[in-house]
Amino acid sequence: MPVVLLDHDADFDGWRSAARALVAAEIPSDDIIWQVAGAQADLLAGAPTELPAVEATFAVPKRFVELAEAVICHRDPARFALLYQALRRLRGSPRLLEDSADPLVHRLDTMAKAVGRDLHKMRAFVRFREVAGEDGTRFIAWFEPEHHVVRRNAGFFARRFANMRWSILTPELCVHWDGAALDFTPGTTRADAPDGDPLEETWRTYYASIFNPARLKVKAMTKEMPKKYWRNMPETSLVSTLIAEAGTRTEAMVANGSNEKAPAMARSPELDEAIVYDSLSAARAAARHCTRCPLYKNATQTVFGEGAPAAPLMFVGEQPGDQEDLAGRPFVGPAGQLFDRALADAGIDRGATYVTNAVKHFKFTPRGTRRIHDKPDAGEIDACRFWIDHERRLVRPRLVVGLGATAARSLLGRPVTIAKTRGAAIDQDDGSEVWITVHPSFLLRLPDAAAKRREYQRFVDDLGQVGARLKDLVD
Amino acid sequence: MAQLDTRAKLAILADAAKYDASCASSGTTKRNSSDGKGLGSTEGMGICHAYAPDGRCISLLKILLTNSCIFDCAYCINRRSSNVRRARFSVDEVVKLTLAFYRRNYIEGLFLSSGIIRSSDYTMEAMVRVAKALREEHDFRGYIHLKTIPDAAPDLIEAAGRYADRLSINVELPTDAGLKAYAPEKDSARIRGSMRQLRRHIDDTADAKTRYRSAPAFAPAGQSTQMIVGADAASDSDIVGTASTLYDRFRLRRVYYSAFSPIPDASADLPPARPPLLREHRLYQADWLMRFYGFAPGEVQAATDDGFLPLDIDPKTAWALKHRDLFPLDVNAAPRELLLRIPGLGVKAVDRIVAARRWRRLRLEDVGRLTVSVDRVRAFLTADGWRPTMLADRLDLRSTLRPPVKQLDLFAA
Repeated sequence: MPVVLLDHDADFDGWRSAARALVAAEIPSDDIIWQVAGAQADLLAGAPTELPAVEATFAVPKRFVELAEAVICHRDPARFALLYQALRRLRGSPRLLEDSADPLVHRLDTMAKAVGRDLHKMRAFVRFREVAGEDGTRFIAWFEPEHHVVRRNAGFFARRFANMRWSILTPELCVHWDGAALDFTPGTTRADAPDGDPLEETWRTYYASIFNPARLKVKAMTKEMPKKYWRNMPETSLVSTLIAEAGTRTEAMVANGSNEKAPAMARSPELDEAIVYDSLSAARAAARHCTRCPLYKNATQTVFGEGAPAAPLMFVGEQPGDQEDLAGRPFVGPAGQLFDRALADAGIDRGATYVTNAVKHFKFTPRGTRRIHDKPDAGEIDACRFWIDHERRLVRPRLVVGLGATAARSLLGRPVTIAKTRGAAIDQDDGSEVWITVHPSFLLRLPDAAAKRREYQRFVDDLGQVGARLKDLVD
Repeated sequence: MAQLDTRAKLAILADAAKYDASCASSGTTKRNSSDGKGLGSTEGMGICHAYAPDGRCISLLKILLTNSCIFDCAYCINRRSSNVRRARFSVDEVVKLTLAFYRRNYIEGLFLSSGIIRSSDYTMEAMVRVAKALREEHDFRGYIHLKTIPDAAPDLIEAAGRYADRLSINVELPTDAGLKAYAPEKDSARIRGSMRQLRRHIDDTADAKTRYRSAPAFAPAGQSTQMIVGADAASDSDIVGTASTLYDRFRLRRVYYSAFSPIPDASADLPPARPPLLREHRLYQADWLMRFYGFAPGEVQAATDDGFLPLDIDPKTAWALKHRDLFPLDVNAAPRELLLRIPGLGVKAVDRIVAARRWRRLRLEDVGRLTVSVDRVRAFLTADGWRPTMLADRLDLRSTLRPPVKQLDLFAA
């Protein structure tokens, strides 16, 4: 009675060369004892039989090789014999596999399907944990497959995580990747695997948040994610709580939904992003009551832009200062006066322009009786962009000049450095151009006179360049 | 602290993304990192890395970049009049989170969507930056699905398609009237215009690829869309009609149907009810009939009663009961396209029958080995030694095909 010793549980090559010789010798399936090295030996079986090396005696369809490579991974000990029976029958009827109604073919198909599913579930449910070692980080997972799929799946993980060093530990066989080659070692226990990863808490947060309690379908979940896999997946510890709370969460949503009017709908209209004012005066009037950001609480009044209603040139500053806040008009304080002088030096008539600020309320810190200017933050700029957008849409300037970083951020929607952006046009979707330069208050703050003169000249040059560009466009 | 912060945002921005049904990660080009560079692979078949108790698969990190939105679509939890907490991820946060999850084998990639802030272009540009950073800075080779903002500039769409495997634009509601009523700022003509533009890009690229291997890719996994079911008055016939038009005109890979789900802080205009999950299921079955079973949209519509698919039986059974004269079919002789009409026989089972019957005359027990449940199909077919009795005359056929009624168990495990 021939005894075949295979190297491991999924030793397809070993099975193939033995099966080839045995088929050639016309040995019936029942006479063969298939054994796997290291497994408990059949007491009645003797030593492995020497089989003659045989040339491929007959061709088998490619489909059989694929089927056999899968079936060989099945945990059913009968797999070797069943495949052998199929191989013998293929000799007589080469197209046997097309007949899925044949009981043997059906059984092999079912086994291959089970293996395919296990391969797939392993790819899905392996969870790596990052471990810092002396030689860098390593990702280690503990997994318990149902069939002998570790070898067959190793390539998948190597292709996907080629540049990580990782190990997948299982009770039967462990696989390791060092960035260049796969290495297999005997099976181990869960104790050898790391027991956590700080990121798992974040992953659990995601799992809980992406779940919609109004659509509870527990059977659909367990069909695809059977409970046997749960103990090695960090997120599954949440399942019972999520299910238990789903009913109450949904009832609460349904109950809320039946309210006559959700409270949010009653928000004040000037907060309504969709409202479009179709005249500058309407926008100006509405802006007086603006509460889009908290700055309205301490400021005296909203300082809206002013100037020629269809000005081809718009200047946008940062925010009103102390004097502007009191006067209710932009650019009337010390920086405004410097701005006027520079405009004159550059040959631009302020009366033909429109002047406004990125933020329309004065932001300050009180110090004694004085109010010290405070830079508006991104949230305040974003909130106030609603008004800037209105002014740009209603005035329709050909050129918009942002004075300083705050104005630039408001106009471009992203922080930029003045040094890199000044002196060149930035094209806008509406056909206009944005130009960026410094804010006049920057010139006021420069401590030494030489720098002040130099920077003032640069500022005037920037303005001159804008003036010239405007002439080009208008002519 | 930074970790905690990202987690808090993740809770808000994943919660805001869960009403999008799609989580597919399949059908893109095959690639991997075995050349020693980059991270990740896609090998054709998508992988579902976990399942939530709602039965939906978790394949991708599905989040919004921000849930602030300037639109006020009644069905959407993120509409600007809703009181939900708002948050916004930075580009870097999304990139880091995606890579960290991917390395631990939690996900196949990223599905990034966003509320519209400032403008379509501004929003789209931020989303493209995430995809670009993943692909170019980190050489990420996993799956990326980007939600496309209708109206975004063509060069942004172009860039999105270059980095993403799939692009999608939601039509949101099955009819134009529904969209007008519930999403006043959205415009169905613009949405369809964007889909047409995507299709042209995808077709052009596919065409270029046949001639130049090195032609740049554009959304190799195609485009998809989503319709909300049960928020407006659209019938199943309307929905099936809309879906088939979308498949034909824009070559969509998938149309997703999302049962309208009650949302926290809902708009008063909406039905405060449990989502019609069974109806959603029937629509998916109808969708399958059109895509894989050779049903014309009109045939699916013929299976409805007053425009609605029956809930107690599946659409194929409903169609068969209205066409009893066609049955029983002979499994040993009927052509494939007719076998596909038999309720309870799937595409795989039909293919197995067609292959097997070349080698033998099939009996009912043979059919049993080729299909899931022979009980479901026997009334509609004949096999060697089997003839169903008086199918056409049986008035109670419908009730015998209906799954046994049982009380809905909320907490079934």
